[in-house]
Amino acid sequence: MALITREEVLHVANLARLALTEDEVNRLQYELGRILEYFQQLQELDTSGVPITSHVLPMVNVFRQDAPGESLPQEDVLANAPDQVEGFFRVPRIIEE
Amino acid sequence: MAIEQLTAHALMEKLQAGEISSVEATEACLRRIEQVEPQVAAFVTVTAEYALAAAREVDEHRARGESLAPTAGIPIAIKDVLCTRGIRTTCSSRILENFIPPYDATAVERCRQAALPMLGKTNMDEFAMGSSTENSAFMVTRNPRALDRVPGGSSGGSAAAVAANEAFWSLGSDTGGSIRQPAALCGIVGLKPTYGRVSRYGLIAYASSLDQVGPLTKDVRDAALLLGIIAGRDPRDDTSASLPVPDYVAELDRGLDGLRAGVPVQLLGEGIDPAVRDVVRRAIDQLASLGLAVEEVQMPNIDYSLPVYYIIAPAEAASNLARYDGVRYGHRTREPVSDIYDLFAKTRAEGFGPEVRLRIMLGTYALSAGYYDAYYLKALKVRTLIKADFDRAFEKYDVLLSPTSPTVAFKIGERAGDPLQMKLADICTIPVNLAGIPAISVPCGEVDGLPVGLQIMGRPFEEDIILRVAYAFEQSV
Repeated sequence: MALITREEVLHVANLARLALTEDEVNRLQYELGRILEYFQQLQELDTSGVPITSHVLPMVNVFRQDAPGESLPQEDVLANAPDQVEGFFRVPRIIEE
Repeated sequence: MAIEQLTAHALMEKLQAGEISSVEATEACLRRIEQVEPQVAAFVTVTAEYALAAAREVDEHRARGESLAPTAGIPIAIKDVLCTRGIRTTCSSRILENFIPPYDATAVERCRQAALPMLGKTNMDEFAMGSSTENSAFMVTRNPRALDRVPGGSSGGSAAAVAANEAFWSLGSDTGGSIRQPAALCGIVGLKPTYGRVSRYGLIAYASSLDQVGPLTKDVRDAALLLGIIAGRDPRDDTSASLPVPDYVAELDRGLDGLRAGVPVQLLGEGIDPAVRDVVRRAIDQLASLGLAVEEVQMPNIDYSLPVYYIIAPAEAASNLARYDGVRYGHRTREPVSDIYDLFAKTRAEGFGPEVRLRIMLGTYALSAGYYDAYYLKALKVRTLIKADFDRAFEKYDVLLSPTSPTVAFKIGERAGDPLQMKLADICTIPVNLAGIPAISVPCGEVDGLPVGLQIMGRPFEEDIILRVAYAFEQSV
């Protein structure tokens, strides 16, 4: 059985917000399938009771004062925007009239 | 010797003595860039005027006898993954092709404070995903030691620029070997600091629990010098360590007395090209003859590093790269779109190259409902086992030794298109990022005229010790 189905590829592409062509769906199903097969070797290892390591530092939380600091001027923030209007980022209409 | 062939520390002495001006040194690099870039293609952007202005300022300060940073005036190249205020920063991706950051990365800011004129931004695998720099959206960088071969990656441009004497030194970033492997393949020195040693502020994120900024240099002393400039606590990166930064240069010639080294048998096994293995074994014997106590060590779990890395790194990347949506900065599709989601999907499909799309898909899959436990959580647990192998080894040994890369530089195009084959390039370097420890690659010989790197790994925040071992080795050959 294939480790990843065509439907799953389309589902993941939707989650990742990636538009795929028909060719890419086929190629990704093949490549992801090969990689997932390669990952199966991890199942050899018994990890029951092993804690996770999400990062290596011996720290949990870092606190600071919730005080306003310096921030970038609005024009700098908008300078790279693909589209803008009156100090806002502009996107296509997302709410129906 | 032509100016551009000097090491950074040799140039530093000549700058301080007034024998060479910073403008002369910068012009020498710019001439060299003009001469070799048509073949090497290390730079995405060359900032000639910007570098010369900074160099002139250093020379004027020096002429007036004002106090300057000791390294003032030594030109540097910066990987195009580090934000540079007012200067295009692309990550070698179409999606950031016209992005001009409004701020400097902290590592860049520190180079500026040290008055290092910036020559330009170097080519890389798109979003640092790759081991050959062939995944750049813009161009293929060639290895200055053999132009038909890759320079390694992802910091291939930074390595090639230094190896070709286009820059005295450079900055790269390393998530799974991206400083050390190209350094090894180009015959120079590359150092990945401990996770937390150098601020990641302004480093465009790939995998945030693994990424580190570090130096690529002509020799070990230069690596010590440049690490000293960029290391240290930064309030803008809460994972940066508050530990003091030692004088790495002053520690260099303390020798090998009392130091013990382990050689993980898992990193000198079947996956390593036999000719590379021979060169590395001779280098290890050389270190032993210099007084380093060497023995083999078993680290069985590091055999699982590659699958663990290729779950964790894409998972973090899938989250980090969600920000590229065509709204606030970067590329936006010009195709007609039906709604905002269509805008995101088309923008991202156009902006990201094939390897980046593959890793986003892989990471999204590993984090998705139904697969999270089997892939992502499983990988985080095996990461614990791998880190425990290192912790145990470092109870007994001060450093661990291995090849940096399992092969010498491969031919351009040879491995492109085979995702698994390409990833084997990083089998010796990836465990280091998973454990968060520091490691340096130092040239240790050649196979068929192509450079081989020796990797020296150390305990967290003991960059001084790996530098000492690397220096002792370098001085003995």
